[in-house]
Amino acid sequence: MHEQKRGASGDSSSVKELVVLSGKGGTGKTTITASFAALADQVILADCDVDAADLHLITAPTLVTDEPFFSGKEAVVDSEQCSGCGLCAIACRFDAFVEKSDGAYTISPVHCEGCGVCVRICPEEAIRFIDRDCGRWMVSDTRFGPMVHARLHAAGENSGKLVTLVRREAKRIAEKQNIPLLLVDGPPGIGCAVISSVTGADAVLLVTEPSKSGLHDLERVTALARSFSIPVYVCVNKCDIDTGITESIRRRTIEDGNYFVGTIPYDEQMVKAQNMGLSAVEFIEGETRDRIREIWESIWTTQ
Amino acid sequence: MRVAVASGKGGTGKTFVTVNLARSYDEPVLVMDCDVEEPNSAIFLKGEQVSSRRSHVLIPSVNEQLCDGCRVCSTVCEFNAIAVIAGKPLIFEDLCHACGGCATFCPQDALHEVEHEIGTITEQQDGSIRLISGKLDVGKALAVPVIRDVKRSAERARESMMLIDSPPGTSCPMVWTVSDSDLVILVTEPTAFGLHDLQLAVETVREIGVPFAVVLNKDGVGDSRVERYCEQNGIEILARIPHDRVIAELYAQGETIVHDARYAQVFSQLWQKIVAFTANEEAHRA
Repeated sequence: MHEQKRGASGDSSSVKELVVLSGKGGTGKTTITASFAALADQVILADCDVDAADLHLITAPTLVTDEPFFSGKEAVVDSEQCSGCGLCAIACRFDAFVEKSDGAYTISPVHCEGCGVCVRICPEEAIRFIDRDCGRWMVSDTRFGPMVHARLHAAGENSGKLVTLVRREAKRIAEKQNIPLLLVDGPPGIGCAVISSVTGADAVLLVTEPSKSGLHDLERVTALARSFSIPVYVCVNKCDIDTGITESIRRRTIEDGNYFVGTIPYDEQMVKAQNMGLSAVEFIEGETRDRIREIWESIWTTQ
Repeated sequence: MRVAVASGKGGTGKTFVTVNLARSYDEPVLVMDCDVEEPNSAIFLKGEQVSSRRSHVLIPSVNEQLCDGCRVCSTVCEFNAIAVIAGKPLIFEDLCHACGGCATFCPQDALHEVEHEIGTITEQQDGSIRLISGKLDVGKALAVPVIRDVKRSAERARESMMLIDSPPGTSCPMVWTVSDSDLVILVTEPTAFGLHDLQLAVETVREIGVPFAVVLNKDGVGDSRVERYCEQNGIEILARIPHDRVIAELYAQGETIVHDARYAQVFSQLWQKIVAFTANEEAHRA
């Protein structure tokens, strides 16, 4: 990832943004992100896996700010005013209405999409439309540099918008403090939160594992990352679990015109490091540490 | 009975537990793969494809002859999916949540809903195991409509036992997947990340109000923190699956492990615990 490379967004920010994704969960995104944080001279971190964030377990953040995250709306029935006509339940596409024993209706908040159709359709005007409290977002100091992170409420909505907010705030702080690199620990999958994590970024690192599942998921997340026209780097964690599949991934990556930046052996010390609250490169000596460092260096020299 | 297999953290072994449970069930069983962003059950449950169809949502389409540019559609849309430009509505289909509000409230009846494809639903039969998988198209943001479509395909199923492979996380896709289950199995591992994300998943299933219990995978790789947490919070651990590199190697090749007598026993005991757990839950409710 060279200095002159610009993201698909075409923005002229001096901050480079590298997003770590995987498709399949549990391949080592957070482990790699935390190690990169330890290897970087100057970095800001953003944890965008907002519904199962783990990076803070390694970075041990000291909170600086902690803000609520309101996004979208939710509908609430005033049961005093509800006549039980049921028009809301017929109109709702999300099966969010439940008829109570007294004939009035109530809304399951986890199923309410916040579309407001019921609010407009209710002849009794018995449905209120309130701002939705979706979670909170925090700015912290860590031993690696500043970090922006978030926590979606249990069963929360609007994770994509929270991801966008976390990245925007991280970028703003980076620009203000002249931090050249924003490292984003991304969510698994390829859906809304992943699309929000990669839109407008400068490069993507895909961390995968050598399994048929890992390979299948890698193909899908690669296709998604490619659609943003930014450099895609690929590394394989636990590479010796299946050396044949590791080789297939390496070949496929190069054939697709992406950058293969290295492999990391299966190492039980990784779990020990995690359980002690340390990044892999802070705890492990020897080959595993060297390989992670090589991947880190490859990203900055390959193109 | 519907048993969903979920976890906060990805990669703890949801698909692994689901497919090995399916393989060790004696009667016909229906498996639903609701991890539509990255569905993997089909890698392990082979068998013949029975059917395949496209999954779609309903999005608005404008009849320009009837539209008078009144902007009601863009006002009612909570998702900013409609902009009225030069007097005509422009639909941003990827922002549309398919609520139907614009078509319902258009005073001129100028909007009607059309099918917009976002994924594929496939069905395959592997001996007594039927698998229905949903796959979200790459580039589409909304997983929930495909998840709901998988579940619709399973309505009036002939099998009395259903296993549901859930997406990771604790947000809407996971909630829609597990919320109508008789039991949610939360698969975790004895690590710092495993425990933390288990706690989030427990909070979520408690919020939804579905019965749940834990399966501890890769037992032995870390420490006793997950067991301590479960004990302190009165959460039952239904099974402990040992940490074994051989399992990882078989998993990598897309193989199940219950042909090995040691692991066949782990999963048949897990089935006994599932049956006992749900019977106990039912007795409590009664």
